[in-house]
Amino acid sequence: MKMKRFVALAAAAAMSVSALAGCSSSSTAASGSAAAGSSASGDKVVKIGVFEPSTGDSASGGKKETLGMQYANAETPTVEIGGETYTVELVYADNGSSTDKAPSAAAELVSQGVSLVLGSYGSGVSIAGGPVFDDAGLAAVGVTCTNPNVTAGNDYYYRICFLDPFQGTVLANFAKDKFDAKVAYCLGETGNEYDQGLIAYFTQAFEAAGGTVVTASFPTNNSDFSTYLNQAKNEGADVIFTPVSIAYATQIIQQAAALGIDAAFLGSDTLDDNMVLAAAEGTDVQLYVSTFYQEGGSPEFDEGVKAYINENAEAMTNNGGNDTIAAVTAMGYDAYYVALEALKAAGSTDPAAVKAALAGVTYDGVSGHIAFDEEGDAIRDTAYIKHSTNTGAWELETQQTVAQ
Amino acid sequence: MNKKKSVSWGALGGIVAFLALVILLENITALIPAAPRVLLPTSQLFTVLKKGAVYSLVVVSMNLLNGFTGLFSLGQAGFMLLGAYTYAILTVPVAQKDTVYYLFGGSAVPFSLQDTFGLVFGTTGVGGAVSMVLGVLVALILGGLVAAGFAYLIGLPVLRLKSDYLAIATLGFAEILRAVFQWQPLGPITNGANMLKSFPTFSDFNIENASGQTVLRLSAFVPMLIAVICIAIIVLLINSSYGRAFKAIREDEVAAEAMGINLAKHKMLSFCISSFFAGVGGGLFAMYAANAQAKVFTSTMTYELLLIVVIGGIGSVSGSIIATFLYVACSEWWLRFLDSELVFASPTDPGRLAFIVVFAAAVIAAAFLAIRAIRKKEGHTLTQELPVWIAAILLLGWLVYFVISHSLKLPLLRNGFRMVVFSVIIMIVVLFFRRGIMGDRELPDVLRGRRLSARKSTPKHAEKEALK
Amino acid sequence: MEYFVSVLLSGIAVGGQYALIAIGYTMVYGILRLINFAHGDVFMVAGLVGVYVSTWMPLYLALPLVLVLTVALGFIIERVAYKPLRSAPRMSVMISAIGVSYLLQNTATYVTGGQPMSYPTIPFLSDTVTIAGTPTRWAVILTPFLVLALVVLLTQLIDRTKVGMAMRAVAKDFETSQLMGIKINSVISATFIIGSALAAIGSMLYFTNYPSITPTAGAMPGLKAFVAAVFGGIGSIPGAVIGAFIIGICENLVKSTQFTVFSDAITFALLIVILVFKPTGLFGEKATDKV
Repeated sequence: MKMKRFVALAAAAAMSVSALAGCSSSSTAASGSAAAGSSASGDKVVKIGVFEPSTGDSASGGKKETLGMQYANAETPTVEIGGETYTVELVYADNGSSTDKAPSAAAELVSQGVSLVLGSYGSGVSIAGGPVFDDAGLAAVGVTCTNPNVTAGNDYYYRICFLDPFQGTVLANFAKDKFDAKVAYCLGETGNEYDQGLIAYFTQAFEAAGGTVVTASFPTNNSDFSTYLNQAKNEGADVIFTPVSIAYATQIIQQAAALGIDAAFLGSDTLDDNMVLAAAEGTDVQLYVSTFYQEGGSPEFDEGVKAYINENAEAMTNNGGNDTIAAVTAMGYDAYYVALEALKAAGSTDPAAVKAALAGVTYDGVSGHIAFDEEGDAIRDTAYIKHSTNTGAWELETQQTVAQ
Repeated sequence: MNKKKSVSWGALGGIVAFLALVILLENITALIPAAPRVLLPTSQLFTVLKKGAVYSLVVVSMNLLNGFTGLFSLGQAGFMLLGAYTYAILTVPVAQKDTVYYLFGGSAVPFSLQDTFGLVFGTTGVGGAVSMVLGVLVALILGGLVAAGFAYLIGLPVLRLKSDYLAIATLGFAEILRAVFQWQPLGPITNGANMLKSFPTFSDFNIENASGQTVLRLSAFVPMLIAVICIAIIVLLINSSYGRAFKAIREDEVAAEAMGINLAKHKMLSFCISSFFAGVGGGLFAMYAANAQAKVFTSTMTYELLLIVVIGGIGSVSGSIIATFLYVACSEWWLRFLDSELVFASPTDPGRLAFIVVFAAAVIAAAFLAIRAIRKKEGHTLTQELPVWIAAILLLGWLVYFVISHSLKLPLLRNGFRMVVFSVIIMIVVLFFRRGIMGDRELPDVLRGRRLSARKSTPKHAEKEALK
Repeated sequence: MEYFVSVLLSGIAVGGQYALIAIGYTMVYGILRLINFAHGDVFMVAGLVGVYVSTWMPLYLALPLVLVLTVALGFIIERVAYKPLRSAPRMSVMISAIGVSYLLQNTATYVTGGQPMSYPTIPFLSDTVTIAGTPTRWAVILTPFLVLALVVLLTQLIDRTKVGMAMRAVAKDFETSQLMGIKINSVISATFIIGSALAAIGSMLYFTNYPSITPTAGAMPGLKAFVAAVFGGIGSIPGAVIGAFIIGICENLVKSTQFTVFSDAITFALLIVILVFKPTGLFGEKATDKV
């Protein structure tokens, strides 16, 4: 008995010591470049944090967004700061698509000594990680987190995309204009602020225009949507609004195809994804999504990123196995250049200086002109609406503009 | 009697010294700028300290119920949810309510505790700090009370159930609670699917001077202090006559009843107290995460807590605490480097050498443990050992290849690998330390070792349980 | 009416899927008194194996291979993670099950890179058929019949064969049956093999119907199946099946109302009500306290 306990303790101690050793080795490797801002070769290094999910519900989107940043980084790996050339290093932390893992992932970026942070795909994790960046005096640039609460009431979060009130209204107007819809069925994940927030704004706009809305929500990890879809049919819905994450969207589209649902599906920016596109391929489902960018918006970028994806096996996997460009990739690409602009404007890698400089940054990206208002939100008034051709491609439907 | 007193004074001294150490650690870089990087306030060390403090309280509360009273409950995440929401709802500042509850046009709870206390003590300077601290404390305690009250209501029908049936019923209640808090019509109170935020967090306890510079960091000390106080109360309870009654129920319900212990009353008491501290822990968790969202408090979280309880040792408070810190540090900090590619600068890079040593040591230690466990059994054969030998030799062979080939890139490292390694470590601990790292003994027992084990044999309830 | 039929149909479909998993739960519980938390994840892994295997070989080879690999997985899990703990406290074994569940989920996340994988289309099973005006898949129609056939088969196996007799004996009294010369380890292995085989079959039907597989895809069906097993009285195969169908149908009835948020909650509420009035589930044996 005695012996066993001793072995147990010794092993526990050994485990912690070995783990510590492991950590110290990694942190020395990291700190060598971060603390002094220089690596062995003498080049100065500036670190940009990539706060994106690569596991969990939003992994697929997060990886595509990261892809845009990686491509931009491959294209422009250095930046002039205060007259000196710095090599840009992207530092990753997986926030696991979950608000309880986000704070420690954010803390990981902070501890790596990044100058500013890009991300995240998904609003909840951005809101959850924000206070950690704030404590460290870092600024964060949200790429495609569209929930108003990401930037509301704080001075550390900026974002380059449009907001949910805008997106919800755009889609509600589109439903009215295009389908003359009377009844809309809204389906979102229970307890997901992104889904429920968009549904609330869609409902507001749709009801204001005289329509009727039926809302339903499904529990996390649900995979049977047939009852919901039949309910939509039963309620006589003209459009079905599903601002859900990619894994659910593919299930919904596939099951709708099997059930022969005629009503058009409206999706938010999350559905602009080639996995969803693949689910709709070869079916009769009508699928429309609002998004930030449409392929063809910048031929130069399209060509470059496609070449990058085709050359790089890992990028190909992360993009879901083909080279269709997701809007979030374009946004990630723009976000990287916004970060570079901020670093240039700050003239230093000091997080506080970068944060101060960020508010005044303007940039003409592939997704349009980017400038921040006093809340830290991008001033944008255009959303692209595109539909699936059901042959594996998106086609631009219209550009919608709403006075903000 | 005298001896016992000296022990508690010793424990008290140890705790005070530990808390002082936490304050020192947090502020050391302000005193000595050349301190190692790991002590910077931005280091993951402090994330681990904060989360570890919060989790250890919840884990100990779960151990009180599952380990000391023998009630198998899986409702802990639900009680944490209640605590977190109570705390958050009561402390979102009035000025922030419209922003936080933006979908519902403001909150149905028009006050916040620290603003209310602010009316008495003032809202700026020392008065502001006093009202903030008071508001936080009262909200945490109310969070605990709400959880305990709810536990009482649930306990009435459910505590009559036995073992696994009790587990699934409590788990069910936690899931129901989560759905209720996510229901949009309750949004003006719970904020529906949106998270509650902007309430005071641990970093609000850092003391700033007039120009807004932090002069004294207390953000890791505060959760430590609260956790220490709560755990101390639980320990006192365990050592009281109530605690002995709980343990009697755990050992044998029928016998305990025959000894005149009121089963229903004591079970309910344990359930409510455990839930109270889970509620406080939930409030602390909201402070740690700086947000409260029902989505997070799933059954997965309860399983995680239960895992820590068992790893630490069912029925050992210090085991729970040690296991919590190890668990949190492994998952959040020490293993994080596994999540991204690692390419060493040269074959003699210190990191590469450290990896080789650690890897070899880990493989040999694991193989040693496995073989020892196999050999201890009666009638073992060599064929049972064989897979372990093969695995160890293959792994070591790969290591030799890695060393000889001067390769600089560690294989397999990419996103998600951290959690794979982490779950393998958990499996090893579960399989080879089946009674947890501490068994059912406490740290002082282990430190004093021999004397104690000679005096008292370890309780046999575990063996008996297995026989049932 | 058409709508009601469609809701009922989804309910039966979902219930059938839960039933296939619940049988595995309930058999293991009956013998080991172990809540095998990893069972739902074995189901998920079976789905993933199906995805990968079917890219390398034709389906008629891939599906049997999935079955074999899943059975092997179930067998290995039992040998490595549960068998060494046979004399340990029950809680330790359960924790080991939770650990295995973690390991499977995390490994799946690592292997798939966190991306949802789409299940191959199995001819016939994924074809659409229209019943009472509601289009549905053959897999949905087939599941309940398959479940019924399996229940009959399993009860025959348990009542008539030698292995079945051994299983009953072990479930009744672990120690005594050991003394009677029953090879406990082979009986337990047989139980895990049957359970895993059912999980593999279940995964084929389930993922044909819901073709996107994420690492957590097994968690919800697993939990629901577990609830179904408790509902019917853990240890009773017909109980688990009936429980699974009741839960599947109730859940879908709630989904058809405006209280969709509570579709999971209602499952648990129902369970608690049953447990309060019948503390060992619908068909559970009454436990007696041994002093």
